[in-house]
Amino acid sequence: MSDIVISVDNLSKKYLIGHQSAERGRYTALRDVLAFQARSFWRKAASTMRGEQLLQGDTIEEFWALKDVSFEVKQGEVVGIIGRNGAGKSTLLKVLSRITEPTTGKVRLRGRVTSLLEVGTGFHLELTGRENIFLNGAILGLTRAEIKQRFDEIVAFAEIEAFLDTPVKRYSSGMYVRLAFAVAAHLDPDILIVDEVLAVGDAEFQKKCLGKMDETARAGRTVLFVSHDLRRIGALCSRGILLNAGRIEFDAPMSSVIESYLVKQFTVSGAVDFRDRKDRTGSGDSQFQSIKLCKGGTSCGTFSIGDCFEQHIRVKVKRRIGPLVISSSIVTSDGISVYQLLSTDDGFSWSPEVGDFDIRIVTDKLLLYPGTYSIDLWMGDRNSMRVDYLPQAISFTVMQETNSVVDRELDRSSGVILQDAKWSCSGASDLEDVPAVTVSKRLV
Amino acid sequence: MTQELIIEPGRADSNYWRDLWRYRELFQVLAWRDVSVRYKQTVIGAAWALIRPFLTMIIFTVIFGKLAKLPSDGKTPYALMVFAGMLPWSFFSTALSDASNSLIGNANLVSKVYFPRLIVPVAAVMVAFVDFLISFALMIVLMVWYRFLPDIRIVLLPVFVIIAFMSSLGLGIWITALNVKYRDFRYVIPFLMQLGVYVSPVGFSSSIVPEKWRLLYSLNPLVGVIDGFRWCLLGGQTPLYLPGLALSLGVILFFLWLGIRQFRRMEKSFADLI
Repeated sequence: MSDIVISVDNLSKKYLIGHQSAERGRYTALRDVLAFQARSFWRKAASTMRGEQLLQGDTIEEFWALKDVSFEVKQGEVVGIIGRNGAGKSTLLKVLSRITEPTTGKVRLRGRVTSLLEVGTGFHLELTGRENIFLNGAILGLTRAEIKQRFDEIVAFAEIEAFLDTPVKRYSSGMYVRLAFAVAAHLDPDILIVDEVLAVGDAEFQKKCLGKMDETARAGRTVLFVSHDLRRIGALCSRGILLNAGRIEFDAPMSSVIESYLVKQFTVSGAVDFRDRKDRTGSGDSQFQSIKLCKGGTSCGTFSIGDCFEQHIRVKVKRRIGPLVISSSIVTSDGISVYQLLSTDDGFSWSPEVGDFDIRIVTDKLLLYPGTYSIDLWMGDRNSMRVDYLPQAISFTVMQETNSVVDRELDRSSGVILQDAKWSCSGASDLEDVPAVTVSKRLV
Repeated sequence: MTQELIIEPGRADSNYWRDLWRYRELFQVLAWRDVSVRYKQTVIGAAWALIRPFLTMIIFTVIFGKLAKLPSDGKTPYALMVFAGMLPWSFFSTALSDASNSLIGNANLVSKVYFPRLIVPVAAVMVAFVDFLISFALMIVLMVWYRFLPDIRIVLLPVFVIIAFMSSLGLGIWITALNVKYRDFRYVIPFLMQLGVYVSPVGFSSSIVPEKWRLLYSLNPLVGVIDGFRWCLLGGQTPLYLPGLALSLGVILFFLWLGIRQFRRMEKSFADLI
């Protein structure tokens, strides 16, 4: 009993969200606008009197970011929390780190808790590296004496000795992140709560951070860790908790949690209808209606390396404006554009009449590293003026199967695209041409 | 035995004040950060803390003393009287405007780390206090210039400094808490400060206020503070109006209580609102 350090009991957290209802667009006459403003002012005044939260918009929705979450963590356990965006991971960590109060439920924490929801919280750009170490340390709960004691270690870890007395605003972003993580890595708490902070810095530094995290875990500390990076979280954590829509869906050894999460993704995406999307930009003469990703004719959201990759895009042409150019860009989960498929590049010219059309883009072999990617859709006229643009139209996952084209584990730190190449070897002397060894991946 | 921490909705934190004490180093660090950043990348640096009150003093002396020909406190030079009033006033106004924006300015901290939130506005008041100390040095220079020797009453000055501190703090944390939720205060404060400098006896002596209005006038907490400062520094040329001082003190304590109460009640939702 006594070795339970975190116990969460029926934890729920509610948020109120205001919506700007679509109806608002209809208020065009001055009288209607005034009436609307008066109503919304009245509501704001009333909620001010009652001491409630002010909400923008005219409809209010209750939103349970967490609902009846219960779990226990024993001393020394390293627990990974995964889930889709908006599943409540960050809210859970915020409640556990006392930043926000739960609506109902109870949490017991035993020992010194340090939470790291962001690297470099409170760094001040005008201050020097040395000053920021003290500032950040104090913010994260270290006393002055403790910081002094660890100062040299922190500086060595961050590799910034030469720039200690330079204002942080002159630092490169890599140095900044290294310094920030170095302070965080030397906190030495009983319970460590970490949110997505490892996705920073260059590969070498990331490795160092992971090592430090591992060390923390092995020293008998309890770690709660949220990440999107399944590989990393799988390597670090022994136990996993899968959150979905604010509830715990699965609480088991990490590997089986990851598996069920991936299966879940599989069924979730694959086809998206965006007729309701409000964040599109462009003239709107034609609009993207939906997208479906297919593998060999069947709809699917998870692909293996080397799979045939088909995009079925439905476009509604509302007005005839001559030739249309369509582009589909693949973007990594950290926002890096991998490549863009542009209809004119592939010699596809298209001047549609008014009506609905299905565009099909087929890539024979998907040569991407494992990870999650999203697709940005863009449509323009012959002068490249934007007709319709939808960022993050759909996302999909690329997995590496055990019988994959390459044997080693593909890690994002070493690339994004799997390039096909032929390797050969010939002797050094011109006479002896040895074309015997010509090899390549089994891609083509 | 390791300490146990329980998180529950609406839990009255019995350790609140102990926690505040435990985080005193963070308080020092935040105050130090704001002080050291305050005049970075300015050419004349901390001299700004001298120039602003000094120029205001000259203008008030000319307008109220020379043009409007308002009487000074007894035989005190008008400029000295104005500056003795400016000291607590500029402390109060800087503290109040800095404190009221402090939580919003530190939004990234509030939404990412736990600490007793009260630290932030108190640190802001502390920073204003450093400016106050700098201008106080100017006060000493002015007194030497006018060959004005304060009498024994100056030993009571720290009492009024504490009262000035409390008045800024009380109103400051009350508005800080409300400002997180209702950003209207962002526009109210600068306006209030503009009015306050004329409503409070900064450019003139409060002795020119008719006797029957004196008590009502003292509802403005700054009246008691400014009168107290003048009484201590300028050797009591005008006797201290005690009922007014008591009333001002009462208003100050009321706001301190209201501020802390409001702040603690809203504190836990700051991260959601900010």
